Amino acid sequence: MLELFHFLPPLLSGLWVTIQLAFGGSILAVLAAFAVGLLRLSRKAGLRIAATAYTDFFRGTSALVQLFWVYFALPFWGVELDAMTAGIVVLGLNHGAYGAEVVRGAVQAVPRPQYEAAAALNFTERQTLWRIILPQALPAMLPPFGNLLIELLKSTALVSMITLGDLTFQGQILRAATLRSGEIFTLVLLLYFMLALSISFGVRRLERRLAVGRVRRRPMVAADV
Amino acid sequence: MFDWEFAISILPALLKALRVTLQATLVGISIALLLGLVWAFLGHSGRGLPAKVTAASVEFIRSTPLLVQIYFLFYVAPNFGLTLSPFSAGTLALGLHYSAYTAEVYRAGIEGVPSGQWEAALSLNMGRFLTWRSVILPQAIPPVIPALGNYLVAMFKETPLLAAITVMELLQTAKIIGAQTFRYLEPLTLVGLLFLAVSLVASRLVRRLEVRFGSR
Repeated sequence: MLELFHFLPPLLSGLWVTIQLAFGGSILAVLAAFAVGLLRLSRKAGLRIAATAYTDFFRGTSALVQLFWVYFALPFWGVELDAMTAGIVVLGLNHGAYGAEVVRGAVQAVPRPQYEAAAALNFTERQTLWRIILPQALPAMLPPFGNLLIELLKSTALVSMITLGDLTFQGQILRAATLRSGEIFTLVLLLYFMLALSISFGVRRLERRLAVGRVRRRPMVAADV
Repeated sequence: MFDWEFAISILPALLKALRVTLQATLVGISIALLLGLVWAFLGHSGRGLPAKVTAASVEFIRSTPLLVQIYFLFYVAPNFGLTLSPFSAGTLALGLHYSAYTAEVYRAGIEGVPSGQWEAALSLNMGRFLTWRSVILPQAIPPVIPALGNYLVAMFKETPLLAAITVMELLQTAKIIGAQTFRYLEPLTLVGLLFLAVSLVASRLVRRLEVRFGSR
């Protein structure tokens, strides 16, 4: 039992790397999701096709293969990224592709007459998007985005395979050094679980914040399959 | 830059490894489909302790990384006298992880069966087992087959994680070729393309299923 306390410092330093990765990856993922999701609804066919190709590519190949490709193969094209940057870029772009579908779905769910009303009021396209459409689409995006962030958090474990010292990596090092695999991996799993719980807690608070002053149209049951 | 001759020369080895990847996917999804049904049963068995324990376990499995679960099974099981080969530990972890997702899908399907069906079975004096087997499941499962199919594609894309415990699947093979030849560009690009090809075909098939079962 006492040894558990010796395990904690390296695990916590790994946890910090995991948190940084998850944070950086999430920001990039949300940015990519909005950019690509809106491009998929563009009126220009070229932009639409490019956005579809992006989502098909990132959703069609494995995240770990993408990570290996960026870290080991990209240097052959003269692009060298350190492990942390490679991790953030791949996690962000990969989950951004899934998020793009969330953005697209939520924007498409905004009733048609809202656009017509905006046009009737002589709103420009940009004003319509920022003031009419997105504020209504945002609440519908939150629950699936919450799930996506948890998926992203879980994917951060992949970077241990390009030797970045995240939580999983530290767990592996400790296991090799002490052979106490049971205790170590249980601890690692619990730490990930706590992170995931705090994400879903945060998203739920944000949902409640955004729901203030709104008529609730659908039950808040997460049918997030 | 990209050496085509080299790429073609390593293709047979990669195609052989693709078979291992596909095998792992099939074994994994079979475990997930069966185990998910078990979770769904236990979760449906009322408000008691089994339902609560099931819900908590499913939540825990869903919220922690598959890679760590794979390590857990592979390295911890021997402590309990159960030594698993890398392939069986890996596919078991895959199946267990995805069973938490398929359980939710089954649950949605089961909840979609009108409650009158339960009452009808009761009034016909059918037993619990018979009700599930011949009334509820035949109505609950077909509508959720497309959703289950999506997890087949998702699982296929997660099999590279098995490389972490030295299963000779696609990624592991590409890594070894890379280490031997100092060229990572061709093997890793080919692995990416193979994944893209298989999962695009698979997701088209899932879409066909959706049409067939009328959920779209």
